[in-house]
Amino acid sequence: MKAAEVILEALKREGVDTIFGFPGGSVIPLYDALYNSDINHILVRHEQGAGHMADGYARASGKVGVCFATSGPGATNLVTAIANAYMDSVPMVAITGQVSRHLIGLDSFQEADVTGITLPIVKHSYLVKDPTTLTRIIREAFHIASTGRPGPVVVDIPVDVTKEDVEFDSAVLPAMRLPGYKPNLKGHPKQIRAAAQVIAAAQRPVIYAGGGVISANASDELRELAVYSQIPVTATLTGKGCFPEDHDLSMGMLGMHGTPYANYAISRSDLVIAVGVRFDDRVTGKLEAFAPEAGFVHIDIDPAEISKNVVVDIPIVGDAKTVLPALLAELKKLDLSFDRRREWTEQVETWKREHPLAVKEAENGDIMPQSAVKKIWEITDGEAVVCTEVGQNQMWAAQHYLCRHPRTFISSGGLGTMGFGFPAAIGAQVARPDALVVDIAGDGSFQMTSQELATAVQYGLPVKVCILNNQYLGMVRQWQELFWDKHYSQTCMECQPDFVKLAEAYGAEGYRVEASTDLEGVLRTAFASDRPAVIDIRVKREANVFPMIPAGGTIHDMMEREL
Amino acid sequence: MKHTLSVLVENKPGVLTRVAGLFARRGFNIDSLVVAETESAAVSRMTITVEEQDQPVEQVTKQLHKLINVLKITDLDPSGSVERELLLIKVKADAESRSAIMQIVEIFRAKIVDVSAEVLIVEMTGTREKVSAFMELLTPFGVVELMRTGRIAMSRGKRAT
Ligand SMILES: Cc1ncc(C[n+]2csc(CCOP(=O)(O)OP(=O)(O)O)c2C)c(N)n1
Ligand SMILES: [Mg+2]
Repeated sequence: MKAAEVILEALKREGVDTIFGFPGGSVIPLYDALYNSDINHILVRHEQGAGHMADGYARASGKVGVCFATSGPGATNLVTAIANAYMDSVPMVAITGQVSRHLIGLDSFQEADVTGITLPIVKHSYLVKDPTTLTRIIREAFHIASTGRPGPVVVDIPVDVTKEDVEFDSAVLPAMRLPGYKPNLKGHPKQIRAAAQVIAAAQRPVIYAGGGVISANASDELRELAVYSQIPVTATLTGKGCFPEDHDLSMGMLGMHGTPYANYAISRSDLVIAVGVRFDDRVTGKLEAFAPEAGFVHIDIDPAEISKNVVVDIPIVGDAKTVLPALLAELKKLDLSFDRRREWTEQVETWKREHPLAVKEAENGDIMPQSAVKKIWEITDGEAVVCTEVGQNQMWAAQHYLCRHPRTFISSGGLGTMGFGFPAAIGAQVARPDALVVDIAGDGSFQMTSQELATAVQYGLPVKVCILNNQYLGMVRQWQELFWDKHYSQTCMECQPDFVKLAEAYGAEGYRVEASTDLEGVLRTAFASDRPAVIDIRVKREANVFPMIPAGGTIHDMMEREL
Repeated sequence: MKHTLSVLVENKPGVLTRVAGLFARRGFNIDSLVVAETESAAVSRMTITVEEQDQPVEQVTKQLHKLINVLKITDLDPSGSVERELLLIKVKADAESRSAIMQIVEIFRAKIVDVSAEVLIVEMTGTREKVSAFMELLTPFGVVELMRTGRIAMSRGKRAT
């Protein structure tokens, strides 16, 4: 069998049914094998889109996302998407073409040292020199990408390798050779017992949960623990949906643009139970002032995250899926009544009542971006799969679109990649064909990957792009307003496409809304359609995201609302 | 404080880059680095000395563990291990200075490995400190060039490093 066909067979064995990609010289043999294959291929318009689609697909489905690109520029176009997946621990396998083996290292046409370029942003990578190792390498790549702390794996394959004949027996699973890879899943029983003790003793505990809970598929386990022990939960941006946000115990997101109550609770807490998080600076602000009165329990699959930014008292290295139930079992043995914590949960309730995420409607009928998000939430009953771009749109979406389920809020957290949301939404739609997938977008971000409209139209993927159009690179403008004397340097996009016509040019539907009274009707029409749509929502241009704790600040620096 | 990390890795292309790159990315400056095959051809040992500065070395060893090709890491305790460095030094030696140099060589149990009309090449092994002391003593004679291998280290006793 040709090695190119073997690659596809090996992918199928890993359960791959869809590949996002773009062809080129070094992957022609691979695409030739695809020609007669039953694997579904989504032809993108830019390789970055392929990477983000694979990412969105993976986050929405829990499966490994797969993308293809050709050597040189094709592969370098993938770099942002690989970095994005790395920062948010998304399982992804990127297969890149490479120049023939005898041309490597000679600055050959379309040669780029892809394994070198991506070294700092992959969980692992391979340059395949021997066709007989292909099946083993592909198996290892999927294993590495999807186990432990997930992440992207690059498999760079010289074109001549794909043209060779190799033996393939679908019944024989090649043995993996990964002597140095043994993720620790179980969690140390002694540590788990110790954690149960401090949880039982805590007066003002808070659960701080992140994307790790979602990648571990441990949302049910988290909810059981929180509800049983009556501990309020706050989630990070990438953790949104790991705990139902309409639950009484939910405090929404914490951190720079988090809810006041989540940040108050953290700052007054005596025990922070951190699960699948990494104490990112956008969450902690000034480290010394983060949860100053609290002890820390930290559950994470990655030992390197333990005590990286915050020194923790009880680390538990393991898979949240097994650690959380073990912890709950220990708590039940202690048989304590958590009623005495009522004072704390009441305090949280009071904060929620006194400091809600309120939106002040504009007097002149302008659409407030926050209200637009709320409207989207209402109309979709909080059940859509929501992707976001980056900037104010992202924070408004995080604040006002309350999620009930894991894998329904997909946002570029660690890298903060403008242009991520739309292709991610396309990938999510592929994973969830029956779901309503909405990209809450910014006008700036959408322009970075809007060419994927052609992809959405070609494959009939009815993604809805809701642009909160402030005609600004709004988040940067906000910082300039607040901290840089309103020097709006290069943040006003004076020339923008007509988004309605742009959508129509690609064969999608385009809508524009300028008055808040029209919003609901237009959204309903667009959402009911079975075609992709762009809704250009003209929002109040200089609206800001509040609350805000400035970078490196503390709870005392929180600006709660528009000055 | 200086740390000597003994790192067993799979002997594969690119592993050195992965390891060295990680130190740079995490803000650790490598003082010395020795890489060679071990008793098993499939496994190489990297002996890395780093200076612990703002962050504990544990930060980088934990990250190292995450590299798929890294098999084992030992942070060697200086008192529990034997460490050596090899030095080659080319020093000016005329008729007048030659015997003085040879005396120093003798005392340090170093070895003259090449002799020519104006220079000697001396080979010497020892701890970093001893190598430095030896170098210092030879400096006044005029050092043409010198090369140090960087530190290798092995834990004492029965247990493998
Ligand atoms: C690729 C990329 N380039 C630059 C930035 C820096 N940046 C962060 S938010 C932002 C503004 C985004 O503008 P827009 O998409 O219109 O969103 P808004 O904040 O207006 O909602 C910029 C430029 C980024 N995050 N990503
Ligand atoms: Mg904008």
